[in-house]
Amino acid sequence: MENTSQRSEWVINLLIKVSGYSSILFVTLILIFLLREGLPALGVTPLSNLFGDRWYPIESYFGILPLLFGSLVVTLGALLIAIPFGIGTSVFISEIAPPWVNSVVKPLIEILAGLPSVVLGFLGIQVAAPLFREAFNLPTGLSAFTGAVLLALIATPTIVSITEDALNTVPPAYRQAALALGATKWQTIWGVTVPAARSGILTAIMLGIGRSIGETMAVMMVTGNAPVLPHGLNALVMPVRTMTATIASEMGEVANGSPHYQVLFFIGIVLFVISLGINIAASWVSLRSKTRAERVLS
Amino acid sequence: MVNPMEKIRIEHLSIRYSDGTESLRDICLSIPANQITVLFGPAGGGKSTLLRALNRLNDLADVQEVSGQILFNGVNILDPGVNVVNLRRKIGMVFSRPVVLPLSIYQNVSYGLELMGERRKSKLDEAVERALRRAALWDEVYDRLKDPASAISGGQQQRLCLARVLALEPEVILLDEPTSALDPVSTARIEGLMQEIKEQYTIVWVPHNVQQAARMADYAAFFLQGELVEHGPGETLFVKPRDQRTQDYVTGRFG
Amino acid sequence: MERSLTSARIQQRIGFSLLGLVTFATVLPVLLIIGFIIVKGAPAISWEFLTAMPRNGMRDGGILPAIIGTFYLTLGTAIFSVPLGIAAAIYISEYAPDNFLTRLIRIAIINLAGIPSVVYGLFGLGLFVLFLRLGTSILAASLTLSIMTLPVIISTAEEALRSVPQAFRTVSISLGATRWQTIWRIVLPQAMPGIITGIILGLERAAGETAPILFTGAAFFLPRLPQSPFDATMALPYHIFVISTSVPGMPIQIQYGTVLVLLVFVLGMNLIATLIRQRARARRQW
Repeated sequence: MENTSQRSEWVINLLIKVSGYSSILFVTLILIFLLREGLPALGVTPLSNLFGDRWYPIESYFGILPLLFGSLVVTLGALLIAIPFGIGTSVFISEIAPPWVNSVVKPLIEILAGLPSVVLGFLGIQVAAPLFREAFNLPTGLSAFTGAVLLALIATPTIVSITEDALNTVPPAYRQAALALGATKWQTIWGVTVPAARSGILTAIMLGIGRSIGETMAVMMVTGNAPVLPHGLNALVMPVRTMTATIASEMGEVANGSPHYQVLFFIGIVLFVISLGINIAASWVSLRSKTRAERVLS
Repeated sequence: MVNPMEKIRIEHLSIRYSDGTESLRDICLSIPANQITVLFGPAGGGKSTLLRALNRLNDLADVQEVSGQILFNGVNILDPGVNVVNLRRKIGMVFSRPVVLPLSIYQNVSYGLELMGERRKSKLDEAVERALRRAALWDEVYDRLKDPASAISGGQQQRLCLARVLALEPEVILLDEPTSALDPVSTARIEGLMQEIKEQYTIVWVPHNVQQAARMADYAAFFLQGELVEHGPGETLFVKPRDQRTQDYVTGRFG
Repeated sequence: MERSLTSARIQQRIGFSLLGLVTFATVLPVLLIIGFIIVKGAPAISWEFLTAMPRNGMRDGGILPAIIGTFYLTLGTAIFSVPLGIAAAIYISEYAPDNFLTRLIRIAIINLAGIPSVVYGLFGLGLFVLFLRLGTSILAASLTLSIMTLPVIISTAEEALRSVPQAFRTVSISLGATRWQTIWRIVLPQAMPGIITGIILGLERAAGETAPILFTGAAFFLPRLPQSPFDATMALPYHIFVISTSVPGMPIQIQYGTVLVLLVFVLGMNLIATLIRQRARARRQW
């Protein structure tokens, strides 16, 4: 009996260990399959085409610049909204608001984080787009601006939760010291607490960027599906097309293994590399600040 | 030949932690059976490290290097081939804070037996009652065995921790400052209890002050900064220590 | 001195009000969204809407196949991701030594969490649909969603396991328990509420996702319910996308009704997770 229980424990421990390593396996598998399906694009489609400024797959124009630009423009727009609102909200709930306010605000932020992006996209089409078209007198409401507003809603919960964590880990002694020197609470927040949490806030912003660039459905539904490079500052109110939306809307119609199919996978590789870069940078920033904090406090 | 009066013999034991600090240096000590052996000295002297080495709990810590031998019934328990699970059943431990498992009072006591595969209700009932009685707790809890163990007082919890160990019918009981979190009344109960049961076990006690050491010691060993300074029967060591450092500590000149 | 003190107070007063307004502006859309969808969607909800097949090019009848499909996909995701996620969290929290490989596991989990959902769709298409020849199916879509859900489950479960006091483990080991016995009898039961919360939050996300199932298992329209894991399926999120962008003349009420059903599904899970967390916190003994 001792023996069978020892053996079953050996098996359990092995299973747990294998599961522990599964994440590495999956990241590797994802990379392998993206490369396997996407890299041949480099052989078939000349680089000048691939990095050209024209996306028109029917005539074999596979320039991803307009898509890259589309992703950047909506992400940038989203951040311009989400950073002030996200950081403002986290400062308010972690430093200022009484508990009863937090018991209302925090669940609402959680609900926002849980809203499926297709629901936001739907409301974008039904409500936001017509509203913006009328308000700003535009030819169409399906534009980068509408996309940016929805993305801001999607990125805000990410920014809020990580910024709030960062603010909460600032030692109370910092605040008490500033208050003891005669600073007001307001001066303490911006002079001491927020600067002390800056690497956490930076992490929050970076993950917000990652969330925005990778978002698919909401952006695809409201940005008007126009893969063109814009010519001026009015780009924000014009229709655009992001990388994610391009994959989502065109993959269903392409023949497996065709150049178009391969280029869509190639865009997937680009997205993978971007998210990899952002996440490694973000964990590096937060790790470095953690060791610094440990040094300071010890 | 194993001395029948000797339960554990420690030979040239040195333990070094992975952060480079040396915790124990070349310890040689013999622990007599059916008595209370007290390991005492200022904090950081290596008493707890030694205690945890006796049932291989150090395996959980960042120990880098262990050398020497600990012979228990003539077998070196530091040998990698030793069955540590069986060892820990024979050498039980009570910790400084009464940590009851998040289970009922009954389950806390039956836990070790159930781990051994004992499923018969009658056997478990019997063992739980016997252990609780021996730990002088039965009369206080017999009517609420199904309550969560966290619901009883700190002193009761520590006796429950003792009952938990006794249920396994161990040969040796290790106590790591068992009364440091308790009030004087509860402390006196535990001390009295251990005096009553010591004949059937071998007890190794790390007390939390020198007065308790003097009260409890049949045999005593004084540790200072990882070194075993002096050891001997309690009545001589506390009255006429040979080493000046022991003398200073016992009389309260440092500590 | 007196003057600057009061002006600092005024500055603070204004600043606090401004941040209050910002916070209000952040959460107001949530209330508006929920309220708006309930008001516009509720009239569409009827027994028939929930239990009938779509008719007349989906412009009439019910959305049963989409509801059932989302249920199957969520269940399928749970079957794969829950055991794997819990086991992985146990490894990281209870077994893993502090070395290079463990750091690599952490980086991998962080990256899994950051990969865009549409890239999961591509991966699922490449590996499950084409390479493993599972076809566009519930199985392929569930597997894709599982891998996407894994980092959520692992990180919340790990946190729950770590919050169990170390002393319980030491005591259990000292009583002759093996590492696995300690985990199974003491650590897991204590961490369970936190783990379940994480599972629900992960599955909630999976239930609402569209992009990962676009090319791996979602069907535009099916005249009958899926019969096996190898069938494609309709699903609520994809159905919302379809009827709001690709079906001309779609009655607006059905669109809002479908959105409401998905919202109830997702927010209901969220609510359950919150309740479990609160109950566990109130009953905790340490």
